[in-house]
Amino acid sequence: MSDLRDLYQEVILDHNKRPRNFGKLEEANRQAEGYNPLCGDQVKVYIKLEDGVIKDVRFEASGCAISKASASMMTAALKGKTEAEAEALFQEFHDLVTGESEADPETLGKLAVFAGVREFPARVKCASLAWHTLHAALENKDEPVTTE
Amino acid sequence: MTSAVRADALEGQPIQPAPFDVWQVREDFPILKQQIHGKPLVYLDNAATTQKPQAVLDTLARYYAQDNANIHRAVHQLSERATREYEEARVKVKRFLNAADAHEIIFTRNATEGINLVAQSYGRKNIREGDEIIISAMEHHANIVPWQMLCEEKGARLRVIPMNDAGELLLEEYEKLLTLRTKFVAITQMSNALGTINPVRQIIELAHQQGVPVLVDGAQTAYHLKVDVQALDCDFFVFSGHKLYGPTGIGVLYGKAELLEAMPPYQGGGDMIRYVSFEKTLYNGLPYKFEAGTPHIAGGIGLGAAIDYLQGLGMENVAAHEQDVLRYGTERLREVPGLRIIGTAQNKASILSFVLGDIHPHDIGTILDQEGIAVRTGHHCAQPVMQRFGIPATARASLACYNTREEMDALVRGLHKVVEVFG
Repeated sequence: MSDLRDLYQEVILDHNKRPRNFGKLEEANRQAEGYNPLCGDQVKVYIKLEDGVIKDVRFEASGCAISKASASMMTAALKGKTEAEAEALFQEFHDLVTGESEADPETLGKLAVFAGVREFPARVKCASLAWHTLHAALENKDEPVTTE
Repeated sequence: MTSAVRADALEGQPIQPAPFDVWQVREDFPILKQQIHGKPLVYLDNAATTQKPQAVLDTLARYYAQDNANIHRAVHQLSERATREYEEARVKVKRFLNAADAHEIIFTRNATEGINLVAQSYGRKNIREGDEIIISAMEHHANIVPWQMLCEEKGARLRVIPMNDAGELLLEEYEKLLTLRTKFVAITQMSNALGTINPVRQIIELAHQQGVPVLVDGAQTAYHLKVDVQALDCDFFVFSGHKLYGPTGIGVLYGKAELLEAMPPYQGGGDMIRYVSFEKTLYNGLPYKFEAGTPHIAGGIGLGAAIDYLQGLGMENVAAHEQDVLRYGTERLREVPGLRIIGTAQNKASILSFVLGDIHPHDIGTILDQEGIAVRTGHHCAQPVMQRFGIPATARASLACYNTREEMDALVRGLHKVVEVFG
């Protein structure tokens, strides 16, 4: 069970149950949709971007605990960040969940709880879906992104 | 030049199955003996693919070690052996489905390819603008998309037989959908997401009264129920070898000879021709007209071994055993708080699809995996079925001949753990 507790940390379960920044952001000027065709996870990310700074960010999602908690914690981490900082954080998060290279715990802060995901390769896409969608929103892509 | 081995030469003695002992059966499947995350493997993803008995593994190894050669081509001994074994496998399939003739058995890659073959060959020749094709609300994507593609190309229309909340087709609605515009019916014999067994005999009879041919998708049934294509009177029947304890990459399309003979080839290449010049090609006869190129020879022979194995167990024995485990599992699952079974048809087999409170099926799947239990989670390639029940996904435990009541107990213990983590 130790591995499982690494994946389903209390804070992840909490964000799954009570997602922060959940719902549509009416004054968004950037938004994108993400879809994981393999498992059907869906997420929509709304951003209010002013002078290259994320003033507000919200999301809507249907999916598993990992994808929902990831989206929730992502929005909490992004407020007040510049576009460049957000992209850098995405890179750190990606390194963290894939284990491809060493992630910097200081940059990641609370997001470091997703470290357990790397032991569950089938779930990496669940954790990163919201981030890919964020990336698409910042790039103002019209096409829904997928994790495939 | 090719020549089919005739079925008659191989009509032997019927195989007399021994009494069914599931623990003995499990001994035949080496993969089941392993541990996953330190727990004994409980394999409950059989509707996706079944495990392979030693007899099939041995057949594949022996074929490659001793008999491997291309078929229908050379005069040397290995080619003759490979050809004979491959054609014997066709005859085994013919007997397994009770087809009238071995040349009505076309080897394909899987059930999906069989459906595509019929849609592209029969469909493109016979379906016209304004025609209608009927499928059902419980089809998996393989029996939806090929017909959608055909309808789009021809300007035809896809009609869908609806189902009730238990996951049973509404036959009175089907009768209303059957009109002079109906030119084809394609229907699953058993739902992969719900377990429902459909009254295909009746569905076929109603279609035939209007002169409409019917394709039966047997991907889920062939390893659970005795299939008799002549008794069903279906015009086409498809299944996949890998769901029948055979290798992946081999499947079967059965078609009535008169229909297959009138259909144009699906793919061009070697083996499907009688004579080729740059001006004109004469096509080969059945079944080779539909088997272009070197086929999955080992797969066909392996499928033959799988059929022998299954018939050795006895289809009736397997069905009775699976029904027992299904009934027991259904009762045990109902003890799990918040669990709702999706698919409660009167007539169902071997599938336990469920949702558990608001816990997403993927989380259920990950936690069960830690307990050594393999289930499928997601939409089961049947998204319209999920939409019908207003859920994004289910967790699905699906049974085969080697599953036990004890494994149902393990599943229930695992689900209690899920509730504990998310409670």
